[in-house]
Parts: sequence; C-alpha cells; structure tokens
Amino acid sequence: MTARGTGLLIAGSPRPADRPAQFPRLLPADGRPAGLPAHLAQHGPLPYRGGPGRLIPEVTESGLTGRGGAAFPVGRKLAAVAAAGRRPVAVANGAESEPLSAKDRTLLRYSPHLVLDGLQLAAEAVGARRAVLYLHADFSLPGQLASLISERRTAGLDRAEVEVVAAPPRFLSGQETAAVNVINGGPALPAFTPPRTFERGVGGQPTLVQNVETLAHLALIARYGAGWFRAVGTADEPGSMLCTIGQADGSSAVAEAALGTPLRDLLRFSGQVQAVLAGGYHGGWLPAGQAERLALSSAALRPAGASAGAGVLAALPAGTCGLAEMARVARYLALESAGQCGPCLNGLPRIATALAGLAGIRPDGCVIADLERWAGLAEGRGACHHPDGAIRFVRSGLQVFAAEIRSHQQGTCTAAGGRAFLPVPAGPDSENDWRMPR
Amino acid sequence: MSGITSSTALWYASRATGIICLVLLTAVMVLGILVNRQGRLPGLPRFAVTGLHRNLSLLAVGFLAVHVATAVADPFVTIGLAAVVIPLASPYRSAWIGLGAVSLDLMIALIVTSLARARIGRRTWRAVHWLAYASWPVALAHSIGSSGDLRGGPLLALAAACTLAVAGAIGWRVLRTLRTPPRARRVAAVLSSQAVLSNQAGAR
Amino acid sequence: MSKQLRVNPIACTGHGLCAELLPELITLDEWGYPVLPARPVPPGLDREARRAVASCPALALLLSPAP
Repeated sequence: MTARGTGLLIAGSPRPADRPAQFPRLLPADGRPAGLPAHLAQHGPLPYRGGPGRLIPEVTESGLTGRGGAAFPVGRKLAAVAAAGRRPVAVANGAESEPLSAKDRTLLRYSPHLVLDGLQLAAEAVGARRAVLYLHADFSLPGQLASLISERRTAGLDRAEVEVVAAPPRFLSGQETAAVNVINGGPALPAFTPPRTFERGVGGQPTLVQNVETLAHLALIARYGAGWFRAVGTADEPGSMLCTIGQADGSSAVAEAALGTPLRDLLRFSGQVQAVLAGGYHGGWLPAGQAERLALSSAALRPAGASAGAGVLAALPAGTCGLAEMARVARYLALESAGQCGPCLNGLPRIATALAGLAGIRPDGCVIADLERWAGLAEGRGACHHPDGAIRFVRSGLQVFAAEIRSHQQGTCTAAGGRAFLPVPAGPDSENDWRMPR
Repeated sequence: MSGITSSTALWYASRATGIICLVLLTAVMVLGILVNRQGRLPGLPRFAVTGLHRNLSLLAVGFLAVHVATAVADPFVTIGLAAVVIPLASPYRSAWIGLGAVSLDLMIALIVTSLARARIGRRTWRAVHWLAYASWPVALAHSIGSSGDLRGGPLLALAAACTLAVAGAIGWRVLRTLRTPPRARRVAAVLSSQAVLSNQAGAR
Repeated sequence: MSKQLRVNPIACTGHGLCAELLPELITLDEWGYPVLPARPVPPGLDREARRAVASCPALALLLSPAP
C-alpha cells in the first residue's frame, strides 16, 4: 500500500533565475540520509530561544502554514497552545495516512533531525516538556526514529522528552483528534470538537499537533530567519513545500517546490494525461488542460475545486477509466469512515455503490440525482472532515469525468481494458484495526 | 371504620404504595429500554416515550416517599429513619428492608444525575444510569421479602407480570443489540445492503 | 444573546425527538439524522430550543453562543 514507485528524490525544482539559490531546503543536496553529525555540520546547533513564546513572532512573520493539508498559520497555533497554560504537549504528526503521499516518510528518512529539531523548538515555544513523534507504523520508521532520538538524548541535544507512538494503518489516523486518541491509548477515531486539541488533547493537556514537514520548516526558520523563508514562494503563500508527484507513466517521486510553482514544471503533460488529482483522496480532480495552466498554491487550486493539500499531485493517464478509479477510491474512503456519525456512515457507502454501478457500465438513470443528494447530506455533518474531503473528491470527479459517465450510461467505456491505476489499500477488517497491535 | 387503628392504616398505606411503586418502576424500566433502542409506543410521538419514562419516574418518587414515610411512621414495626438509606440499619426484617434502602440509594443517584444531566456530561450520566439494572431487581426482592403480600394470590401474579415485563424488555434489547453491527462494521453493513439493492435493480 | 443549534454527530444516534419538538428549525434526513439550520435560533423559539436540547436522549443536541 505505498505510492507507486520507489520515491526517487528530486532535490529541487526549476525556478526563475533571479531568485537566490535556495534549494534544496528540506532534503539533503547529496541525496543521502543526513545523520546527526552531517546535520549539525550543515545547519549548526539547535537554536533554542531560552524560553517559551520567544520563537513565535518570527514564525508568524515567516507566514509558515501547516504542511499537513489544512494550511493553518503555524504562529497562530503556537500562540494558542502557549496561551492555554498548564502543561502542554507537542506532537509531530508523521502518520501520513494518505495512500498517495510519500513526502513525510521521505523527509523522515533523509532529514529526520530537521523534524526532531523542529519538534524541540515548537515544544520550547509552547512551554512543553513532553513531545510525541506520531509515525506511520510501516517503513521501519518507528524503530529508526527511536534510535535517532536516543542518539540525540545521549548528545544532550533534546530538552523535551520525545516518545514515539505508532499510528494504526487507517486513513483517519493522521486526523488531529484521532492522533490524540491513539497517543492517549485509544483507537484512531476522531472526536467531536470543542474542545479543540489546542485546549485539551494528550493527557487532557493543551496539545500542539504539527505535520513533520511543518516542523522541519520551523527548524530552518529558527536558524535562517523569516526573511529567508519568504524569499521563495508567493507573498500570500511563502516558502516551499514537499510534493509527492505521480506521473502518468506510473512513476512517482518526492520533490521540493516553491509555492506558486506552475504544475507543468512538476507534472509531465505530454498528451498522455487525462486529468490531475490535486490534494490526494480528499482533494479534487482537474482536467489536464486546466491543470496545465494552474500553479501549486491554494490561491490557484481552491477556486478550481482542488487543493494543494499535503502536496499530492497525481496524473491520470489516458486509457484509464476515470470513473472506475473514482469508484475504487470512493469505496476505500467509505470503508475508512470511522462509522461514528450517521450522515457519513450512510452517505459514503451509498455514493460508493452508485459510482461502482456507473463504472460497471450498467445504465442507471437516476443515480446522478441520488449521488448529488447523498453528497449534500453527508457534507459538513460529520465530526471530522472525512466526508467533506470524500465529497470534494467525488464531486470534482463527476464534473471532470462527465463525458465518461455519459459513455457508461450509454453502455460503453472509453478506456475499456484499462487497468487500475491509483493505489487503494485494503480496508479495515475488524474493530481492532483502529488500534495498533500490542 | 371500627376496628382499624391508625397503625394498621399506616401499614396498609405503606404496603399499597409499595406495590404501586413496583408497578411504576417496572413501567419506567420498560420505557427506559424502549428509549435506548429507539422503540416506539404505537400512535405516540417519540417524545412521548421519553416523556413518560421521565414523568413516571418522578411519580414513582412521589409514591416512594409516601411508602417510606408511612413505613417509618408506623409504630407497629420499628424501622427508624436511618434504615431508609442505610442498609441493615433496621431492626425489623433487617435484610429485606436493607434491600429497599439499597434500591432507594440507587434511585436517588439515578434521579439526581438525570435532573443534572446537562451539567455532569453525557458519559458520567450514562455510566450512572446503568445502575437502573441493579436498582429494579433489588426493589423487586425487597417487595417480595418485606411482607407476605406478594407471595400468593393476585399480587403474586402481579409480581410475576412485572418480572416478565422487565425480562422481556431486556431480552428484546439484547436481541436488538446483537442484530446491530458494531461500529467497525457499520459501513460494511450499508455497503452490503446497497449491493443487495443494486442487484435487485439490475435483475429487473 | 442569540444561540446556535449544534449537534454532536458522534453522540447522535438519530432518535429524532429534536425534529418532533422543534419542527420549525430541525428536520430529519432520509436516515433519521437531524439537519440543523445555519442561522441562529430566532428569539421566539428560544424556549422550545432549550426544551429540545434537554429532551435529547443522547445529550447530542447543543446550544452554543452564535458566532
């Protein structure tokens, strides 16, 4: 259940010649995992500020937003947790439960100390003595990171105690309240908010949850400053981000790109691309022609019904049935529902079944009307945003693959004989699947 | 009426209100189970089920107060005020009255937490409310043991009917719960039901 | 001070009392779950709204200060 391909590294991205050479920022230039000595040699010592709150103005000035998908301003989040008082906890979220995304595990493999630095700096900024590294259970990550943390402890580098917690292999594992539940010893099920995690989270304490890439950026901002961070990207969306780019030929790679980079610099639109999925399985479909003219930013992608999300860009090749792909993913998204909220647990499977019916080339008159109705009922009425993301994925697909749908309703498929393309993991089997096995 | 002393009147009042309480509490139990499983009373709106459950429980409290007061006030048997809430504090039929005290204590917890439901939060309220399953059988045992009334004749039939009603409601609840898919299987259950529907549609 | 009706969708199991007690504001979707209005509770229905909140068997219906 990994992103297709082996995750080759592209260390930078094409950029206008007048910008200073800023890349690579997050990933090592030589393409080799950076151990502690190499990390310290390149970036210098961990620049603690000596007390809570002191780093926050600089982070706010940098305009850094969350790189886990929600793009919430980091400075505001840090301030909220710091202000909540009591004994906060800082959590680095590396669950990366989106099947199309590989950037977090790549970052953790190649620049783990940037992430761990960022976690320490964030912990200091909010006044936390306790930190948690919440990781995808696969790819040997928990074991590797645990030994790196030991190494740092021996070197006297870390001030906050870091605990490694493995995330159950569920799509919702990376959701903020679900992550907190797992860290508290429970299943990976989202909780109703309020109270938000910054008010009450791990152990009932105010909790800061940040994506691992966000923390890596933070570690660099603390060393090189807000101005340096803003030197790339756009004025409204400064900085760079890691992207997982899936090409139409099935290869995929993780690349670092400045916000605002045109998508045609990242994806190969060679005429073999039918559509682009921007934002992963909670993102939106774009026709190839439109995607070619858009850039990697919320400003460009949101109005088009997609999202920059956690940097997932996937090209769908011509000759693949977009409707069939949508149906497979929609079924996966339905099975990954926590099943806690009526509208979601009723809406998503009905939508998935209707899409499967459409994809199966069975003329089914009223299905589109039903789909629209169910989408409207499921959206915005869950405790988390899973139904919303799934509906965005489906609605955009209904638009982009409208011609394919009409074909199917008339009994043909333009991509007859095409194989399944998008990676869809097996769904859960039992109640225990939402917990890590002991 | 000649020959009836005030003591006898109090004793009869206590026994009578006790029987009424048993019937009311049986209704409250059955209604509570109905509410939980979203059952309906034919012809009545949903809020009638919850409303009856609540109102009958408050009515039961009223009769319970009379039942307890008349029993304590009756000079013929010595039950003492403490024994109302402290089990085994009654010199008269210690154990059986004690069960009444236990049941009453549990009921106080149930009523107080239910009145303050919004303030104590959902989880706490639910946890305490499970005590109803302890309170009712204890009340039944108290009824059977504290006087000879329920051991024969029509009142025995009444006690049997109450027991059947509660047992039946519990059995119904267990069956309904067994047939409901657990959280982890809810979506899969909807998917299966949809598959059946689309197969039927396809077959037409 | 106006209030907003909200529901905790995890606690809600679709009893449906809220729609019975406050049909002016709350309807049930095709699966029995409440559809709440986006606008705050009008002042005339304040009492009925509080009654609906108190009557929810699952304590899932909430009244929070309107944003």
